[in-house]
Amino acid sequence: MKPAPFDYVAPTTIEEACAVIAEAGGGATVMAGGQTLMPLLNLRMSQPFIIVDINKIAELKGVSRGAGVTRIGPMLRQCDAITSEALARDLPVLVQAVRHIGHHQTRNRGTVGGSIALGEPAAELPATAVALNATIEVRSTAGTRKIPASEFYLGPYMNTLQPDELITGITFPDWPKGHIPLFRELAQRPGDFALVGIVGALVVEAGKITRAGIAWFGMGPTPIKAKTAEQMLVGQSLDTLDIQAVAESAIADTAPFDDQHASAEYRRTVGKRIFASALREALKTGEVA
Amino acid sequence: MSKHHIEMTINGRRHSGDVEARVSLSDFLRDDAGYTGVHVGCEHGVCGACTVIVDGKAVRSCLMLAVQAEGAQVTTVEGLAASDGTLHPVQQVLLEEHGLQCGFCTPGFVMTLAALTDGDAKPSEQQLVSALSGNVCRCTGYQGIRRAAKRLACNEAGENS
Repeated sequence: MKPAPFDYVAPTTIEEACAVIAEAGGGATVMAGGQTLMPLLNLRMSQPFIIVDINKIAELKGVSRGAGVTRIGPMLRQCDAITSEALARDLPVLVQAVRHIGHHQTRNRGTVGGSIALGEPAAELPATAVALNATIEVRSTAGTRKIPASEFYLGPYMNTLQPDELITGITFPDWPKGHIPLFRELAQRPGDFALVGIVGALVVEAGKITRAGIAWFGMGPTPIKAKTAEQMLVGQSLDTLDIQAVAESAIADTAPFDDQHASAEYRRTVGKRIFASALREALKTGEVA
Repeated sequence: MSKHHIEMTINGRRHSGDVEARVSLSDFLRDDAGYTGVHVGCEHGVCGACTVIVDGKAVRSCLMLAVQAEGAQVTTVEGLAASDGTLHPVQQVLLEEHGLQCGFCTPGFVMTLAALTDGDAKPSEQQLVSALSGNVCRCTGYQGIRRAAKRLACNEAGENS
């Protein structure tokens, strides 16, 4: 079980990487942390002509602050996201989500951008990006483009990234200090893909929910924005909030399917329950905000 | 198909070689450098048997290309015991707690635990056990391995329990 032969280049700048990818005319595959790509290569499910390893591009690493946003370099390793003070302060729910990705050993190589680019429908980070209205910045030799995460995913492992484009950053709009992270997933074992999950954030001011960004994962062909729930929650007073009713309505946005792990009906049933319990738990801690 | 000249430090010794780009770090360590303590189980990142330490971090060597380890400091299970044969604390504790049976998965468990307990690190039992979720064992039933992890963990006072 060895990969089919390929050429390998490890550029040190974004420009160089984009030039190589463009020249390969669709035959190149970008390697970030490699924790999904390497199995696909080993199993020969993927047989690219050329691997463009972006691990040596310093500009693609790190976390920075922009105007009203936190910008994450796609090559930020998952283990570094977990220990990042900036992320713990500004995007605590993203850190919580990253802790659920794979295992200690794979998080030591795996990256935030790699997971977002792959778009596994049951993965934590694509849903986090959709929930928090992140923007994905991509570059090619033709220029740069900014894609809202909510428009990025087309289906399982399919996104709007063109063959010559490289993700150069993921920007998350600021959430105010004291906002409430929301995260819950059900998986068969720690490290497994979620059967059902929700992720997001809420802002409560003077007993009212003033902002909500929530998405489902494992509940359809892509991460799914919980639009119905967001609409029902924003403007709601906590005193009159009927969490069960929101959960019942929220499930209408999902499109789960049957697979060997669980039926669609099971996912909907569990989805409603974890949605309600996560919301209850979150709002109990957030009343004072 | 590109070939690359690579150099890395394995268990404190410099190794160099010419490898095809597609050669995994696990195959380079076994076949070129001769460190057959790197056990290759599933070759797609599920079992954890091939875990080695690269620049201080436990990683799956089947999920990394050898060419990517150019210039890196790599430690395999052969690099842990002292030259007089004194076992590394992780190896000693696994031995005492019957944390191995057939031994195929053991190098992976050892390297995961060694990476987390080396130096000034003071991991909790929960951290160690949770990291071990990335290693699969098919014969011990894990209880011996858990006991070993418990002994390697630091209690709240920062002392080894």
